[in-house]
Amino acid sequence: MLSTAMRRTLRAWTILVLVFLYAPLILVLLNAFNSSKTFAFPPTGFTLRWWADAWASSGMWRSLGNSVIVGLCATAIALVLGTMAAFAVQRYRFFGRQTISFLVVLPITLPGIVTGIALNATFTSALGITLGLATVIIGHATFCIVIVFNNTQARLRRLGVRLEDASADLGASSWQTFRYVSFPMMRGALLAGAILAFALSFDEIVVTTFTAGPTVQTLPIWIFGNLFRPNQAPVINVVAASLTLFAVIPVWLAQRFGGDPATTRV
Amino acid sequence: MTVPGRSSHRSRSRISLAFLLVPPLAWLVIAYLGSLAVLLVSAFWSTDAFTGAVVRTYTSDNVTRVLTEAVFRTATLRTIGVALAVTAICIVLAVPLALYMAKVASPRVRLALVVAVTTPLWASYLVKAYAWRMLLSPQGPLTWAAGHTPGYGLIATVLTLAYLWLPYMVIPVFAAFERVPNTLIDASSDLGAPDLTTMRTVMAPLVFPGIAAGSIFTFSLSMGDYIAVTIVGGKTQMLGNIIYGQLVTANNQPLAAALSLIPLAAIVGYLLAMRRTGALENV
Repeated sequence: MLSTAMRRTLRAWTILVLVFLYAPLILVLLNAFNSSKTFAFPPTGFTLRWWADAWASSGMWRSLGNSVIVGLCATAIALVLGTMAAFAVQRYRFFGRQTISFLVVLPITLPGIVTGIALNATFTSALGITLGLATVIIGHATFCIVIVFNNTQARLRRLGVRLEDASADLGASSWQTFRYVSFPMMRGALLAGAILAFALSFDEIVVTTFTAGPTVQTLPIWIFGNLFRPNQAPVINVVAASLTLFAVIPVWLAQRFGGDPATTRV
Repeated sequence: MTVPGRSSHRSRSRISLAFLLVPPLAWLVIAYLGSLAVLLVSAFWSTDAFTGAVVRTYTSDNVTRVLTEAVFRTATLRTIGVALAVTAICIVLAVPLALYMAKVASPRVRLALVVAVTTPLWASYLVKAYAWRMLLSPQGPLTWAAGHTPGYGLIATVLTLAYLWLPYMVIPVFAAFERVPNTLIDASSDLGAPDLTTMRTVMAPLVFPGIAAGSIFTFSLSMGDYIAVTIVGGKTQMLGNIIYGQLVTANNQPLAAALSLIPLAAIVGYLLAMRRTGALENV
């Protein structure tokens, strides 16, 4: 049992850290309604004008569209490949199983800039491919596989193999067992993995920078490109505030569908 | 636990294993390991002085430049210093918080705190770095509230990176504190140990692997970062900026590849050092 004084100190520290975590996010929300164009604090007045400006920004919508396309395609690839790898690792015993897990996790353990430069060197110098949406999708899918893999693997481990064995004993083929037994039981984990993978892809900027080339912009690339233009600041503030509000969605959805956002983001 | 297919299913199970394993393996080996191999090889290529095109003949010039030129050495040391400072700040902020979450808070408050700590992870990385740009701006809230701001530079970079990666430290440390049995803490205080002694002699050894696991993320993510430093770092040059500059501005892909071997080596070294602590099982 810790002493009362220690508990009080710890509680005070916790509150301080929470303020540290949330003050910047609250500032982002406040600034989206600030009538002044600069970061000047306190805000000089309340306005919704910037929200209308952001709504009318064609660059924002185009890059948002690209982000959604990339996120959906990368998530689809990651769903298929991540689920296959998770089944192989959880349901079979073979030489090099540990290596597979390591290989899947590697793309998020190494910094994005290494992955980015490596893919860039491969696409441009080695293969001579023109960078575009397709190369971004390949890059994103590579680091999204682990998200699906982690979610699916955890669920498969919890489910055990008894029902699958029963299905096989009753004469179902592997595909029938997957389709009618395993898949319905792990739908939640797949959905959670897909949501988290999409969210990761949607926010990614480093690998994107190196695989997108100069013509294609995803939303983070567009934001970054406009971040230092003073007259674009109000629109950026609005987009930043909306993204902050939307951040709650993946956490909420993933938790509802039985994923674990705390462990899957890493 | 994995239960292998029974003997009656065995021949079929080899085929289905191959069917399951080949596509993801092919993707990761070709797209990822293949790219890392190209990265290693291309560090030994050069560029044509006139056209800037990559010339695929072997040269060790890039690697020699990376290892000998003072600019690169300073940036390397600065980047490692920043990564270590960020890691230290995250530890200081996270350990008491995680202890409170695991051992003091009621179950309801604990769950709320877990959500509160993980939700900012899903807020856009760029937005969070941008928030610090607002916060630290000369006319910003910090000046208004405290009358002073460190401005944009090295301190701002360290603060922003610590902010960005803090949840990655809190989560494994919290998990480690949760695994410390309450009976041990009670026994220690019943035997007359002051709180700080209990923390140092009972909790610290048990929680250390969690801290080490968190530090892998804070260190590795800081080593490769170049966006946050561009946003709040002023003129500060980290390895990431230099690599980006070589690739995009100077169009020298081989030198960028050679430079990116530094964070790669630093992280592999850090992982190897941390492996002895049992941190990798806690990641």
